[in-house]
Amino acid sequence: MTTTKWTRDQMAARVANEIADGMVVNLGIGLPTLVANHLPADREVLLHSENGVLGMGPAPKAGEEDYDLINAGKQPVTLKAGGCFFHHADSFAMMRGGHLDLCVLGAFQVAANGDLANWHTGAPDAIPAVGGAMDLAIGAKNTWVMMEHVTKGGDSKLVPALTYPVTGLACVSRVITDLAVIDLKDGKATVVDMVDGLSFEQLQAQTGIPLSR
Amino acid sequence: MINKLMDSLAAAVADVKDGSTVMVGGFGTAGLPNELTDALIAQGARDLTIVNNNAGNGDTGLAALLAAGRVRKIICSFPRQADSHHFDRLYRAGQLELELVPQGNLAERIRAAGAGIGAFFTPTGYGTELAKGKETRTIDGKHYVLEYPIHADVALIKAEVGDRLGNLTYRMTARNFGPIMAAAAKLTVATVHKVVEPGEIDPETVVTPGLYVKRVVKIDRAVTAAGGFKS
Repeated sequence: MTTTKWTRDQMAARVANEIADGMVVNLGIGLPTLVANHLPADREVLLHSENGVLGMGPAPKAGEEDYDLINAGKQPVTLKAGGCFFHHADSFAMMRGGHLDLCVLGAFQVAANGDLANWHTGAPDAIPAVGGAMDLAIGAKNTWVMMEHVTKGGDSKLVPALTYPVTGLACVSRVITDLAVIDLKDGKATVVDMVDGLSFEQLQAQTGIPLSR
Repeated sequence: MINKLMDSLAAAVADVKDGSTVMVGGFGTAGLPNELTDALIAQGARDLTIVNNNAGNGDTGLAALLAAGRVRKIICSFPRQADSHHFDRLYRAGQLELELVPQGNLAERIRAAGAGIGAFFTPTGYGTELAKGKETRTIDGKHYVLEYPIHADVALIKAEVGDRLGNLTYRMTARNFGPIMAAAAKLTVATVHKVVEPGEIDPETVVTPGLYVKRVVKIDRAVTAAGGFKS
Protein backbone atom coordinates (compact mmCIF):
# COMPACT_ATOMS: atom_id res chain seq x y z
CA MET A 1 0.00 0.00 0.00
CA THR A 2 1.38 3.42 -0.86
CA THR A 3 1.46 6.28 1.59
CA THR A 4 -0.32 9.48 0.67
CA LYS A 5 0.54 12.43 2.87
CA TRP A 6 -2.32 14.51 4.22
CA THR A 7 -2.79 17.71 2.22
CA ARG A 8 -2.74 21.08 3.95
CA ASP A 9 -6.53 21.11 3.86
CA GLN A 10 -6.77 17.60 5.28
CA MET A 11 -4.46 18.64 8.12
CA ALA A 12 -6.63 21.70 8.72
CA ALA A 13 -9.79 19.59 8.70
CA ARG A 14 -8.33 17.25 11.34
CA VAL A 15 -7.56 20.19 13.60
CA ALA A 16 -10.98 21.75 12.99
CA ASN A 17 -12.72 18.52 13.91
CA GLU A 18 -11.04 18.60 17.36
CA ILE A 19 -12.29 22.09 18.15
CA ALA A 20 -15.32 21.85 20.40
CA ASP A 21 -18.44 23.99 20.43
CA GLY A 22 -17.89 27.15 22.47
CA MET A 23 -14.11 27.24 22.31
CA VAL A 24 -12.13 30.49 21.92
CA VAL A 25 -9.33 29.89 19.44
CA ASN A 26 -6.45 31.82 17.92
CA LEU A 27 -5.19 30.58 14.57
CA GLY A 28 -1.62 31.57 13.71
CA ILE A 29 -0.39 32.93 10.41
CA GLY A 30 0.09 30.49 7.52
CA LEU A 31 -1.05 26.87 7.69
CA PRO A 32 -3.25 27.30 10.82
CA THR A 33 -5.30 29.98 9.04
CA LEU A 34 -6.77 27.20 6.88
CA VAL A 35 -8.46 25.67 9.94
CA ALA A 36 -11.11 28.40 9.83
CA ASN A 37 -12.36 27.05 6.49
CA HIS A 38 -13.06 23.63 8.01
CA LEU A 39 -14.85 24.45 11.27
CA PRO A 40 -18.04 22.38 11.36
CA ALA A 41 -21.14 24.54 10.86
CA ASP A 42 -22.88 23.12 13.92
CA ARG A 43 -20.23 24.43 16.33
CA GLU A 44 -19.99 28.00 17.55
CA VAL A 45 -16.29 28.85 17.82
CA LEU A 46 -14.99 32.33 18.65
CA LEU A 47 -11.88 33.24 16.68
CA HIS A 48 -9.49 35.68 18.36
CA SER A 49 -7.07 37.85 16.39
CA GLU A 50 -4.13 39.49 18.15
CA ASN A 51 -4.87 42.89 16.63
CA GLY A 52 -7.99 43.26 18.73
CA VAL A 53 -10.84 41.11 17.44
CA LEU A 54 -12.95 38.42 19.07
CA GLY A 55 -15.56 36.79 16.85
CA MET A 56 -13.70 37.07 13.57
CA GLY A 57 -15.57 35.85 10.49
CA PRO A 58 -14.42 34.69 7.06
CA ALA A 59 -12.89 36.83 4.33
CA PRO A 60 -15.29 39.34 2.78
CA LYS A 61 -16.56 39.04 -0.79
CA ALA A 62 -14.40 40.64 -3.44
CA GLY A 63 -15.07 44.37 -3.49
CA GLU A 64 -16.30 44.43 0.12
CA GLU A 65 -12.86 44.52 1.78
CA ASP A 66 -12.45 47.10 4.53
CA TYR A 67 -8.82 47.54 5.54
CA ASP A 68 -9.81 48.80 8.98
CA LEU A 69 -10.97 45.22 9.64
CA ILE A 70 -8.00 42.91 9.16
CA ASN A 71 -6.52 39.82 10.81
CA ALA A 72 -3.04 39.24 12.20
CA GLY A 73 -1.85 38.41 8.69
CA LYS A 74 -3.19 41.82 7.60
CA GLN A 75 -5.77 40.27 5.29
CA PRO A 76 -9.30 41.70 5.30
CA VAL A 77 -11.80 39.72 7.38
CA THR A 78 -15.37 40.15 8.65
CA LEU A 79 -16.93 40.29 12.11
CA LYS A 80 -19.58 37.83 13.23
CA ALA A 81 -22.66 38.99 15.14
CA GLY A 82 -21.62 39.45 18.78
CA GLY A 83 -18.00 40.03 17.84
CA CYS A 84 -16.09 42.90 19.42
CA PHE A 85 -12.96 45.04 19.21
CA PHE A 86 -10.42 45.93 21.89
CA HIS A 87 -6.98 47.50 22.13
CA HIS A 88 -3.69 45.64 21.94
CA ALA A 89 -2.96 45.42 25.68
CA ASP A 90 -6.39 43.84 26.23
CA SER A 91 -5.87 41.50 23.31
CA PHE A 92 -2.61 40.18 24.72
CA ALA A 93 -4.05 40.04 28.24
CA MET A 94 -6.56 37.58 26.79
CA MET A 95 -3.64 35.42 25.62
CA ARG A 96 -1.26 35.81 28.52
CA GLY A 97 -4.07 35.57 31.03
CA GLY A 98 -5.00 32.09 29.82
CA HIS A 99 -8.41 33.09 28.46
CA LEU A 100 -7.96 31.38 25.08
CA ASP A 101 -8.78 27.68 24.96
CA LEU A 102 -6.55 26.87 22.04
CA CYS A 103 -3.88 28.39 19.88
CA VAL A 104 -2.73 26.69 16.66
CA LEU A 105 0.68 27.70 15.34
CA GLY A 106 3.11 26.80 12.59
CA ALA A 107 6.64 25.73 13.53
CA PHE A 108 10.19 25.12 12.33
CA GLN A 109 10.81 22.58 15.10
CA VAL A 110 9.10 21.07 18.12
CA ALA A 111 11.06 19.22 20.82
CA ALA A 112 9.85 16.14 22.68
CA ASN A 113 9.32 18.22 25.84
CA GLY A 114 7.05 20.65 23.98
CA ASP A 115 9.62 23.40 23.34
CA LEU A 116 8.65 25.38 20.24
CA ALA A 117 10.77 27.14 17.59
CA ASN A 118 8.81 29.16 15.06
CA TRP A 119 9.98 32.77 15.02
CA HIS A 120 13.51 32.91 13.68
CA THR A 121 15.78 30.61 11.71
CA GLY A 122 18.83 32.08 13.42
CA ALA A 123 20.49 32.62 10.04
CA PRO A 124 23.01 35.47 10.41
CA ASP A 125 21.59 37.53 7.52
CA ALA A 126 17.93 37.06 8.51
CA ILE A 127 16.03 40.05 9.85
CA PRO A 128 14.33 38.80 13.04
CA ALA A 129 10.60 39.38 13.52
CA VAL A 130 8.61 37.91 16.38
CA GLY A 131 5.14 39.46 16.34
CA GLY A 132 2.81 37.70 18.75
CA ALA A 133 4.45 34.27 18.46
CA MET A 134 5.99 34.21 21.94
CA ASP A 135 2.81 35.44 23.62
CA LEU A 136 0.64 32.92 21.78
CA ALA A 137 2.97 30.00 22.46
CA ILE A 138 2.83 30.31 26.23
CA GLY A 139 -0.51 32.02 26.76
CA ALA A 140 -3.27 29.75 25.55
CA LYS A 141 -4.58 26.85 27.65
CA ASN A 142 -3.50 24.52 24.83
CA THR A 143 -0.96 25.14 22.07
CA TRP A 144 -1.03 22.91 19.03
CA VAL A 145 1.37 22.96 16.10
CA MET A 146 0.66 22.25 12.44
CA MET A 147 3.73 21.57 10.33
CA GLU A 148 5.21 19.26 7.72
CA HIS A 149 6.64 16.18 9.38
CA VAL A 150 10.08 16.63 7.80
CA THR A 151 12.01 19.51 6.24
CA LYS A 152 12.58 19.83 2.50
CA GLY A 153 15.90 18.09 3.16
CA GLY A 154 14.11 15.17 4.84
CA ASP A 155 15.08 16.00 8.44
CA SER A 156 12.50 15.43 11.18
CA LYS A 157 10.95 18.63 12.53
CA LEU A 158 10.25 16.77 15.76
CA VAL A 159 13.61 16.89 17.51
CA PRO A 160 15.20 15.80 20.81
CA ALA A 161 16.25 19.41 21.48
CA LEU A 162 15.71 22.59 19.45
CA THR A 163 18.52 23.77 17.19
CA TYR A 164 16.55 26.87 16.12
CA PRO A 165 15.97 29.80 18.52
CA VAL A 166 13.23 29.02 21.06
CA THR A 167 9.82 30.72 20.95
CA GLY A 168 8.38 29.15 24.11
CA LEU A 169 9.41 26.42 26.53
CA ALA A 170 7.37 23.24 27.13
CA CYS A 171 4.25 24.76 25.57
CA VAL A 172 3.17 22.42 22.74
CA SER A 173 0.79 19.61 23.65
CA ARG A 174 -0.17 18.30 20.18
CA VAL A 175 1.50 18.25 16.77
CA ILE A 176 -0.44 17.71 13.55
CA THR A 177 1.84 16.90 10.61
CA ASP A 178 1.21 15.67 7.07
CA LEU A 179 1.95 12.14 8.35
CA ALA A 180 0.53 11.89 11.86
CA VAL A 181 -1.12 13.42 14.90
CA ILE A 182 1.20 13.20 17.90
CA ASP A 183 0.48 14.17 21.50
CA LEU A 184 3.32 15.42 23.70
CA LYS A 185 3.06 14.90 27.44
CA ASP A 186 5.73 14.64 30.13
CA GLY A 187 8.44 14.31 27.47
CA LYS A 188 6.64 11.39 25.83
CA ALA A 189 5.34 11.44 22.24
CA THR A 190 2.26 9.34 21.56
CA VAL A 191 0.90 8.73 18.08
CA VAL A 192 -2.84 9.43 18.04
CA ASP A 193 -3.40 8.98 14.32
CA MET A 194 -1.38 8.54 11.14
CA VAL A 195 -1.90 8.50 7.37
CA ASP A 196 -3.16 5.36 5.67
CA GLY A 197 -0.55 3.00 4.31
CA LEU A 198 2.18 4.05 6.73
CA SER A 199 3.45 1.59 9.33
CA PHE A 200 4.40 2.71 12.82
CA GLU A 201 7.99 1.67 12.07
CA GLN A 202 8.02 3.75 8.88
CA LEU A 203 6.71 6.75 10.83
CA GLN A 204 9.32 6.24 13.56
CA ALA A 205 12.05 6.10 10.89
CA GLN A 206 11.11 9.62 9.79
CA THR A 207 10.76 11.00 13.33
CA GLY A 208 13.65 12.37 15.39
CA ILE A 209 12.18 11.45 18.76
CA PRO A 210 10.98 8.09 20.13
CA LEU A 211 7.29 7.51 19.52
CA SER A 212 4.88 5.32 21.39
CA ARG A 213 1.44 4.04 20.43
CA MET B 1 -12.58 76.67 27.62
CA ILE B 2 -10.75 73.55 26.67
CA ASN B 3 -10.20 73.29 22.94
CA LYS B 4 -7.80 70.66 21.65
CA LEU B 5 -8.94 70.95 18.03
CA MET B 6 -6.26 72.21 15.70
CA ASP B 7 -6.63 73.48 12.18
CA SER B 8 -3.60 71.91 10.62
CA LEU B 9 -1.48 68.78 10.79
CA ALA B 10 1.62 70.96 10.54
CA ALA B 11 0.67 72.92 13.66
CA ALA B 12 -0.12 69.69 15.52
CA VAL B 13 3.46 68.41 15.15
CA ALA B 14 5.27 71.76 14.94
CA ASP B 15 7.13 71.39 18.25
CA VAL B 16 8.40 67.80 17.97
CA LYS B 17 12.07 67.96 18.91
CA ASP B 18 15.05 66.15 17.44
CA GLY B 19 15.86 63.01 19.41
CA SER B 20 12.26 62.46 20.53
CA THR B 21 10.70 59.07 21.16
CA VAL B 22 7.61 58.97 18.97
CA MET B 23 4.93 56.31 19.26
CA VAL B 24 3.10 55.68 16.00
CA GLY B 25 -0.19 53.81 16.18
CA GLY B 26 -1.31 51.19 13.69
CA PHE B 27 -1.05 47.50 12.97
CA GLY B 28 -0.16 46.84 9.36
CA THR B 29 -1.86 49.82 7.80
CA ALA B 30 -5.01 49.80 9.95
CA GLY B 31 -4.78 52.84 12.20
CA LEU B 32 -1.49 54.07 10.78
CA PRO B 33 -1.57 57.87 11.12
CA ASN B 34 0.06 58.54 7.75
CA GLU B 35 -1.15 62.13 7.63
CA LEU B 36 0.69 62.85 10.88
CA THR B 37 3.89 61.05 9.88
CA ASP B 38 3.84 62.99 6.58
CA ALA B 39 3.51 66.19 8.60
CA LEU B 40 6.43 65.07 10.77
CA ILE B 41 8.57 64.52 7.65
CA ALA B 42 7.76 68.07 6.53
CA GLN B 43 8.44 69.39 10.05
CA GLY B 44 11.95 67.95 9.90
CA ALA B 45 12.58 66.37 13.33
CA ARG B 46 15.37 63.83 13.15
CA ASP B 47 17.26 61.31 15.25
CA LEU B 48 13.91 59.90 16.32
CA THR B 49 13.16 56.70 18.19
CA ILE B 50 9.98 55.21 16.76
CA VAL B 51 7.66 52.80 18.57
CA ASN B 52 5.26 50.91 16.28
CA ASN B 53 4.26 47.28 15.86
CA ASN B 54 5.90 47.15 12.43
CA ALA B 55 8.60 49.08 10.62
CA GLY B 56 6.75 50.62 7.71
CA ASN B 57 4.91 49.33 4.66
CA GLY B 58 5.63 50.31 1.08
CA ASP B 59 6.79 53.86 0.50
CA THR B 60 4.29 55.87 2.53
CA GLY B 61 3.68 56.80 6.15
CA LEU B 62 6.21 55.35 8.59
CA ALA B 63 8.18 53.84 5.68
CA ALA B 64 8.55 57.33 4.21
CA LEU B 65 9.79 58.64 7.58
CA LEU B 66 12.43 55.88 7.58
CA ALA B 67 13.32 56.57 3.95
CA ALA B 68 13.79 60.25 4.78
CA GLY B 69 16.53 59.26 7.22
CA ARG B 70 14.81 60.70 10.29
CA VAL B 71 14.83 57.60 12.44
CA ARG B 72 17.73 56.41 14.60
CA LYS B 73 16.05 53.51 16.33
CA ILE B 74 12.86 51.52 16.03
CA ILE B 75 11.17 49.53 18.81
CA CYS B 76 8.76 47.02 17.27
CA SER B 77 7.63 43.39 17.14
CA PHE B 78 7.43 42.62 13.44
CA PRO B 79 9.71 44.67 11.18
CA ARG B 80 10.12 42.16 8.35
CA GLN B 81 7.20 42.20 5.91
CA ALA B 82 6.74 41.73 2.19
CA ASP B 83 6.91 45.48 1.65
CA SER B 84 9.28 46.64 4.41
CA HIS B 85 12.08 47.40 1.91
CA HIS B 86 13.05 50.75 3.44
CA PHE B 87 13.49 49.20 6.87
CA ASP B 88 15.32 46.20 5.41
CA ARG B 89 17.81 48.39 3.54
CA LEU B 90 18.55 50.73 6.47
CA TYR B 91 18.81 47.85 8.96
CA ARG B 92 21.18 45.86 6.76
CA ALA B 93 23.28 48.98 6.19
CA GLY B 94 23.59 49.45 9.95
CA GLN B 95 21.85 52.81 9.80
CA LEU B 96 18.90 51.86 11.98
CA GLU B 97 18.95 50.32 15.45
CA LEU B 98 16.28 47.69 16.13
CA GLU B 99 14.85 46.73 19.51
CA LEU B 100 12.73 43.67 18.84
CA VAL B 101 9.99 43.10 21.43
CA PRO B 102 7.36 40.34 21.53
CA GLN B 103 4.08 41.99 20.60
CA GLY B 104 2.33 41.43 23.92
CA ASN B 105 5.33 42.75 25.83
CA LEU B 106 5.39 45.77 23.55
CA ALA B 107 1.71 46.45 24.27
CA GLU B 108 2.08 45.89 28.01
CA ARG B 109 5.24 48.02 28.25
CA ILE B 110 3.33 50.86 26.57
CA ARG B 111 0.31 50.28 28.83
CA ALA B 112 2.57 50.22 31.90
CA ALA B 113 4.05 53.60 30.98
CA GLY B 114 0.62 55.18 30.79
CA ALA B 115 -0.49 53.49 34.00
CA GLY B 116 2.51 54.53 36.09
CA ILE B 117 3.86 51.01 36.56
CA GLY B 118 7.61 50.86 37.27
CA ALA B 119 8.18 47.40 35.75
CA PHE B 120 6.37 44.09 35.54
CA PHE B 121 7.05 40.36 35.36
CA THR B 122 5.73 38.65 32.24
CA PRO B 123 5.98 35.00 31.17
CA THR B 124 6.32 35.94 27.50
CA GLY B 125 9.82 35.50 26.14
CA TYR B 126 11.19 33.57 29.11
CA GLY B 127 14.06 31.34 28.01
CA THR B 128 14.34 33.03 24.60
CA GLU B 129 16.95 35.25 22.94
CA LEU B 130 14.69 38.24 23.50
CA ALA B 131 14.96 37.85 27.27
CA LYS B 132 18.75 37.50 27.33
CA GLY B 133 20.34 39.48 30.13
CA LYS B 134 17.01 40.39 31.67
CA GLU B 135 16.11 39.77 35.29
CA THR B 136 13.90 36.72 35.82
CA ARG B 137 11.87 35.42 38.73
CA THR B 138 9.95 32.26 39.51
CA ILE B 139 6.56 33.01 41.05
CA ASP B 140 4.31 30.13 42.12
CA GLY B 141 6.45 27.79 40.01
CA LYS B 142 6.09 29.83 36.82
CA HIS B 143 8.95 31.66 35.11
CA TYR B 144 8.79 35.38 34.40
CA VAL B 145 10.96 38.09 32.82
CA LEU B 146 11.17 41.64 34.16
CA GLU B 147 10.15 44.22 31.56
CA TYR B 148 10.19 48.01 31.83
CA PRO B 149 7.70 50.55 30.53
CA ILE B 150 8.18 52.44 27.26
CA HIS B 151 7.51 56.15 27.69
CA ALA B 152 7.27 58.53 24.75
CA ASP B 153 7.57 62.22 24.11
CA VAL B 154 4.96 62.11 21.38
CA ALA B 155 2.22 59.70 20.26
CA LEU B 156 0.71 59.99 16.79
CA ILE B 157 -2.53 58.04 16.52
CA LYS B 158 -5.49 57.68 14.19
CA ALA B 159 -8.97 57.68 15.70
CA GLU B 160 -12.44 57.90 14.20
CA VAL B 161 -14.52 60.46 16.10
CA GLY B 162 -13.30 63.13 18.51
CA ASP B 163 -14.45 66.22 20.35
CA ARG B 164 -12.73 69.39 21.54
CA LEU B 165 -12.03 67.75 24.93
CA GLY B 166 -9.97 65.04 23.22
CA ASN B 167 -12.41 62.17 23.77
CA LEU B 168 -11.93 59.55 21.05
CA THR B 169 -13.54 56.53 19.47
CA TYR B 170 -11.88 54.26 16.94
CA ARG B 171 -12.96 52.17 13.97
CA MET B 172 -12.68 48.36 14.15
CA THR B 173 -9.10 47.01 14.17
CA ALA B 174 -7.71 50.51 13.57
CA ARG B 175 -7.99 50.84 17.37
CA ASN B 176 -5.01 48.52 18.05
CA PHE B 177 -2.27 50.51 19.85
CA GLY B 178 -4.08 53.89 19.84
CA PRO B 179 -5.59 53.88 23.35
CA ILE B 180 -2.44 52.67 25.13
CA MET B 181 -0.09 54.94 23.19
CA ALA B 182 -2.34 57.91 23.93
CA ALA B 183 -1.73 57.33 27.64
CA ALA B 184 2.00 56.64 27.38
CA ALA B 185 3.14 59.89 25.72
CA LYS B 186 3.58 63.43 27.01
CA LEU B 187 2.08 64.85 23.81
CA THR B 188 -0.61 62.80 22.09
CA VAL B 189 -1.85 63.97 18.72
CA ALA B 190 -4.87 62.22 17.21
CA THR B 191 -6.42 62.53 13.80
CA VAL B 192 -10.16 61.92 13.50
CA HIS B 193 -12.53 61.69 10.58
CA LYS B 194 -15.36 63.38 12.41
CA VAL B 195 -15.49 66.10 15.06
CA VAL B 196 -18.55 66.31 17.29
CA GLU B 197 -19.70 68.53 20.15
CA PRO B 198 -18.91 67.41 23.72
CA GLY B 199 -21.66 65.03 24.80
CA GLU B 200 -22.37 63.73 21.33
CA ILE B 201 -20.12 60.71 21.82
CA ASP B 202 -22.11 58.41 24.12
CA PRO B 203 -20.12 58.54 27.38
CA GLU B 204 -20.49 54.75 27.65
CA THR B 205 -18.60 54.33 24.38
CA VAL B 206 -15.69 56.78 24.77
CA VAL B 207 -12.62 54.60 24.27
CA THR B 208 -9.87 57.13 24.98
CA PRO B 209 -10.87 59.70 27.62
CA GLY B 210 -9.87 63.20 26.58
CA LEU B 211 -7.29 63.80 29.31
CA TYR B 212 -4.84 61.52 27.45
CA VAL B 213 -5.05 63.59 24.28
CA LYS B 214 -3.50 67.03 23.73
CA ARG B 215 -4.34 67.76 20.09
CA VAL B 216 -7.05 66.64 17.67
CA VAL B 217 -6.98 67.28 13.92
CA LYS B 218 -9.78 66.41 11.52
CA ILE B 219 -8.70 64.76 8.28
CA ASP B 220 -10.48 63.27 5.28
CA ARG B 221 -10.80 59.51 5.09
CA ALA B 222 -8.22 57.94 2.79
CA VAL B 223 -8.38 54.47 1.35
CA THR B 224 -5.97 52.14 3.11
CA ALA B 225 -4.58 48.86 1.90
CA ALA B 226 -3.09 46.10 4.00
CA GLY B 227 0.58 45.24 3.93
CA GLY B 228 1.04 41.48 3.95
CA PHE B 229 3.52 39.33 5.77
CA LYS B 230 6.34 37.72 3.87
CA SER B 231 5.38 34.06 3.59
